Amino acid sequence: MEKREYTLTVYTENQIGILNRIAILFSRRKINIESLNTSPTEVESVHRFTIVIYETEEVVSKLCRQIEKQVEVLKAYYNTDEEIVWQELALYKVSTDTVAEKVKVERLLREFGARAVAIRKDYTVFETTGHREETDRLVKELEPYGLIEFVRSARVAILKGSHDFHERLKEFEQKQPGEDVIENEYLNKQDEVFTL
Amino acid sequence: MELIAEKETRQKELTGTLSGSEAVLQALLIEKVDTVFGYPGGAIMPIYDAIYDYQDKIRHILVRHEQGSIHAAQGYARASGRTGVVFATSGPGATNLVTGLADAMIDSTPVVCITGQVFAHLLGTDAFQETDVVNITAPITKWNYQITDASEIPSVIAKAFYIAKSGRPGPVLIDITKNAQAQKFEFTGYEKCHHIRSYRPKPIVREKYIEQAALLINEAKKPFVVFGQGVLLGKAEKEFKNFIEKAGIPAAWTVMGISALPSDHPLGVGMLGMHGNYAPNVLTNECDVLIAVGMRFDDRVTGRLDKYAKQAKVIHLDIDPAEIDKNVKATVPVWGDCRETLPLLTRLVDKKSHKEWLQKFRELQKEEEKECIVPELHPESDILTMGEVIRLVNEHTDGNSIIVSDVGQHQMVACRYAKFNHSKSNITSGGLGTMGFGLPAAIGAKFGAPHREVILVAGDGGFQMTIQELGTIMQNKIDVKLLILNNKFLGMVRQWQQLFLDKRYSFVDIESPDFVQVAKGYGIEGKSVSQRKDLKEAIKEMLEHKGSYLLEVAVGKENNVFPMVPQGCSVSEIRLK
Repeated sequence: MEKREYTLTVYTENQIGILNRIAILFSRRKINIESLNTSPTEVESVHRFTIVIYETEEVVSKLCRQIEKQVEVLKAYYNTDEEIVWQELALYKVSTDTVAEKVKVERLLREFGARAVAIRKDYTVFETTGHREETDRLVKELEPYGLIEFVRSARVAILKGSHDFHERLKEFEQKQPGEDVIENEYLNKQDEVFTL
Repeated sequence: MELIAEKETRQKELTGTLSGSEAVLQALLIEKVDTVFGYPGGAIMPIYDAIYDYQDKIRHILVRHEQGSIHAAQGYARASGRTGVVFATSGPGATNLVTGLADAMIDSTPVVCITGQVFAHLLGTDAFQETDVVNITAPITKWNYQITDASEIPSVIAKAFYIAKSGRPGPVLIDITKNAQAQKFEFTGYEKCHHIRSYRPKPIVREKYIEQAALLINEAKKPFVVFGQGVLLGKAEKEFKNFIEKAGIPAAWTVMGISALPSDHPLGVGMLGMHGNYAPNVLTNECDVLIAVGMRFDDRVTGRLDKYAKQAKVIHLDIDPAEIDKNVKATVPVWGDCRETLPLLTRLVDKKSHKEWLQKFRELQKEEEKECIVPELHPESDILTMGEVIRLVNEHTDGNSIIVSDVGQHQMVACRYAKFNHSKSNITSGGLGTMGFGLPAAIGAKFGAPHREVILVAGDGGFQMTIQELGTIMQNKIDVKLLILNNKFLGMVRQWQQLFLDKRYSFVDIESPDFVQVAKGYGIEGKSVSQRKDLKEAIKEMLEHKGSYLLEVAVGKENNVFPMVPQGCSVSEIRLK
């Protein structure tokens, strides 16, 4: 089976140590995490991990079940790039003089849809959001003009189309055990968590 | 009415200002814990101070090393079907639990470990006896948690017991900082945990798959059942027996599944895996429907995976969804507790007997009898074999004892030849293969099943790994029989070196102390035999002795365990010699 990029979406409890428990499932199999984002969801005390790895589907699907097996994990999904909409945020710090003087820099920033988030006498911080290739390109273009600092966030992703998502949910339902355990209050609020 | 009244008085007793340590003990009482295996130390002293007042309600067994405490708790859990409990201190106390946690994790044994930790304000400062035990044990616990405030104790311990025992069981570790143990807080009662929203102990049973499975079974000409510890853990022995008896399907057990079915059951066809029986291994690659019940297709069971049961449709019954398709792809996955799924399946399968197919097993069994079993159980030479010792033990126990084994050749021999009539009677380290497991596990098993006879079968190597637990036997006057099969070698490694590495016996020649003298030092009676004429009487003497007894039997130095599926070979390439 061919390796490709997969995005894992993991819903967890907000609990100390769960990041470690998830991370060791990757390191145990010597799988590198390309990018990892974790943040609170729209539901209180539920957190969402977005993890990008480069692997075969067989490995990813087994991994997903191992993740879901963790006591504090509510649900784990994996998707190919085609199945998601994703963004990464990038910040660029360049000298204010350069921006003011070089027409090319100004044009570049405009072309890439960069937005200034901080302007100081000596430096300016710009922001772009997009796919990795796009931010990579801007970094490369800015380099000759003196890029002072650069940082990029992890990927955040949303599953394409709620229709598809619900189909997937049903599909998981068939391939994986039902999630509605008796007295499981969380699952009665399923829509609140999983509605897009 | 009585129940309510009882509940009310209990509630009354339990509320009020308590220290964290007292809350721990109260929690254990409500969880009906009767035995704790442990070892005190600096960071767990408040809990030990509290248990001093609970000695009439909770029995604490002082071990000689923390590894001994967790193996004992495992033995207790495996013999009783309940949760084993361990106390250990921080730092070295906690790290000494690591092997046992890994063992309990891979063998799905419910154990709750409570470890002391340095004061919360010292966490992360490299304080005396501070170790990051929660992170160390993350991959080898089903769940773990650090408590830094006493008010968390009741709910966290309730969660710990619930998680350890429910679904696919496993070890849980609770790390409690010393300040939380000493802290006074308002204890408002202890409520057992029955539900955690992110945790699904049992997957929902799907009728559709049960129906598909039944259809496959009813159409099968050569169905074959392979089962593991899931049957024991699910307390589904009866359901399992009903299923195979109605469908008339031959069934083979994994090492962990031993004793779920009586050894002499007419449909029992023996043990699977590397040193399992000939017929079930060979016929795995001939059956048309393979029904796996509560087992996880360990590599020691499957041999070479790409040549494992490729011709068969696979029905996999398991409580853990992550096990489905992990090693062997299932044609029909039957999620759920086998105690629930098996009766549903039994209802739908036709009553049948696959006489010819079963006959095939019996024929291959005859070959094994001739080549392996008879020479092992009734050797012609003067050299004693491990098998004949087990045969004589069987004559006395008649399959009614608990056999605890350590790890190595003797373990395989014990698993192959010991007779079992009762469930939960074979206790051994299956998944992790932990040498040194046997002696402390036997101690624990005796506490878990005090009315049953517990016999440890150990090798000279493994016995020395936890030999200090003889002290635990001495101090607590524990009635376990210790049978050491001494071949003066680390036999299993030596066997591989002989067969695959040109007899280059690299560091397997192990010298042992005079085990009988060592036992005497601990006040344990003992004897050593090396002649066949003395063996029978010696075994009788051991088993009839009141209290613990050590019997050392000098067996052949270079005997091998056969049959054997060499590593990297298919199960059907099993060798008889």
